[in-house]
Amino acid sequence: MTSLEVRGLSVDIGRRTIVDDVSFACAPGTVTGIVGPNGSGKSTVCRVVYRALRPAAGSVLVGGRDVHRDLSARQAAQRVSAMVQDGFLAVDARVHEAVMVGRTPHFGPLGRASHHDNDVVADALDRVGAGHLRTRLFTALSGGEKQRVLLARAMAQQADLLVLDEPTNHLDIAGQLELLDLVTHLPVTVVTVLHDLNLAAAACDHLLVMAGGRLVAQGAPAEVLTTDLLREVFEVHAHCGTNPLTGRAQLSFAPRSACPTSPSIALESP
Amino acid sequence: MIDAVATESGAVVPTPRSRARVLGLVLLALVLLSAVLATSAGAVRIAPSQVLAVVWSHVGGLRSGGPAPHPIHDQIVWSVRVPRVLLALIAGAGLAVAGTVLQAVVGNPLADPYVLGVSAGASAAAVAVFTLGAVGGLGVSAAAFAGALVTLVLVLLLGQRDGRVDPVRLLLAGVALGYLFQAVTSYLQLRQGGAQLQAVLFWLLGTLSGAQWSSLALPALIVIASTAWLLLKARALNALVLGDEVAASLGLRVGALRLQLLVVAALLTAAVIAVAGGIGFVGLIAPHAVRLVIGTDHRALLPLAALTGGVFLILADLVGRTAAQPVELPLTVVTALVGVPFFLVLLRRQGRPL
Repeated sequence: MTSLEVRGLSVDIGRRTIVDDVSFACAPGTVTGIVGPNGSGKSTVCRVVYRALRPAAGSVLVGGRDVHRDLSARQAAQRVSAMVQDGFLAVDARVHEAVMVGRTPHFGPLGRASHHDNDVVADALDRVGAGHLRTRLFTALSGGEKQRVLLARAMAQQADLLVLDEPTNHLDIAGQLELLDLVTHLPVTVVTVLHDLNLAAAACDHLLVMAGGRLVAQGAPAEVLTTDLLREVFEVHAHCGTNPLTGRAQLSFAPRSACPTSPSIALESP
Repeated sequence: MIDAVATESGAVVPTPRSRARVLGLVLLALVLLSAVLATSAGAVRIAPSQVLAVVWSHVGGLRSGGPAPHPIHDQIVWSVRVPRVLLALIAGAGLAVAGTVLQAVVGNPLADPYVLGVSAGASAAAVAVFTLGAVGGLGVSAAAFAGALVTLVLVLLLGQRDGRVDPVRLLLAGVALGYLFQAVTSYLQLRQGGAQLQAVLFWLLGTLSGAQWSSLALPALIVIASTAWLLLKARALNALVLGDEVAASLGLRVGALRLQLLVVAALLTAAVIAVAGGIGFVGLIAPHAVRLVIGTDHRALLPLAALTGGVFLILADLVGRTAAQPVELPLTVVTALVGVPFFLVLLRRQGRPL
């Protein structure tokens, strides 16, 4: 387990500033969620952390070392893994092979898989409950199975920090809850972008709220997700209650146009 | 990696790795068989035993006890057909490897060695030499090679955004430059007319008739060295086909890697075009055919695609030489007529166990 510290991070794509002076820290072993409306820069922060983008300013420290300046791409990938959506996956990859790709930053120059690599892959698959799938074709799996295999691939990388971008996309509700349950019980530090605020509130120790490329709030989910913040950042009316099943924060939403005259709808705000 | 895995039902499923081994052995046998066949067939039929005797007399010295081969047979086999078969093997392997790499690099299954416009540039330069005579002292081969490299530089300059090669831009730039150079080629052909036109057309559709021992060394060296280097990058290619984001998260420097791979693929293509003209379909079909059988692990895919391309082109050249004697067919005519139906059959079988 390792810590993540992001200091004064700014990212430009083309001439546009996508992320502007963002700073936060994640303690070892915690789960941090990044939420915010579309285009707020959530994914961009993640992409800088797993080195798909270089920052215009600021730094990303993992375990105290700057992933862009102190570490090579390979060294960084041994410390930070990511579960992102695939571009196109090959016609005929078996699950075992698909997960073996996660060993890429550990292979020697000849790229031979050792017994250790095989063990790591098998262990990762078992840990996500997909050990029985290893000879199946990846493309023939269901959405939930695919996501679990992709999580196993990220775990096979054996990094201490796991970055996830919308890991629950395309999953049914059971799949979403199962996947987040898996992720939050991994012995690694987790940073994840989530669209669903209720899932974020349920799964994360710490939330970062982004808007317009800036970090506008952070803290424990119950402190951060207030009706005022949701109105300002997400432009919705919200009611903050309690999930009767789990006892955690539970949000209900209505479009702003639905109650135009009652700005003080947040009657039961905690 | 494991070779075969027992499923829950108890059936043993061959993994792609063990399939790859079998396919590798089959292809090696096919290379030898097709090479002997192609060397013995032609206007003058020479028995396979004679072919082997000639080859043995050159490779193994004259220690063999049998009678010395007939001098004319020796001449035909050793000076004409063997270099031609070797060139087919080299060209087929080079195009197949280039196609495999380009499909991975641009993330598009339709990519082939010519998608970057490199062949169109090479053709324009070669046809300029054909029709206008030596340009700046370059022969056809050297002009084609130079044309390919100039096109590569242009397409890389046009295909980048913010200092990084962008696959979509690269494809568009390649296609656009391809049309431009094709226009130049067409103009030069029309301007010329007459007897030269047939030679030009033949070259544009690919021919191995110019094969000589002296012209083999450079393409052989480029194909072997490039393939060896690419094998070292096979794991990186496996990650790259999953997309730039995944590749970056796995510790690859995607921009630099893509540039290196493009240059190597273009070099392979240029080396083949320079000695064999514009042979179509091999670079598109060979990688897909192998992928359909063994999957996409580039450690197996690259060498097997190379062998497949080699065998395919040896046989295509054999058909081209012998099917319509005494007329010789250009290679692309054969590769398309024979290769496309074969490929379509394979495509229909996709996903079914062999």
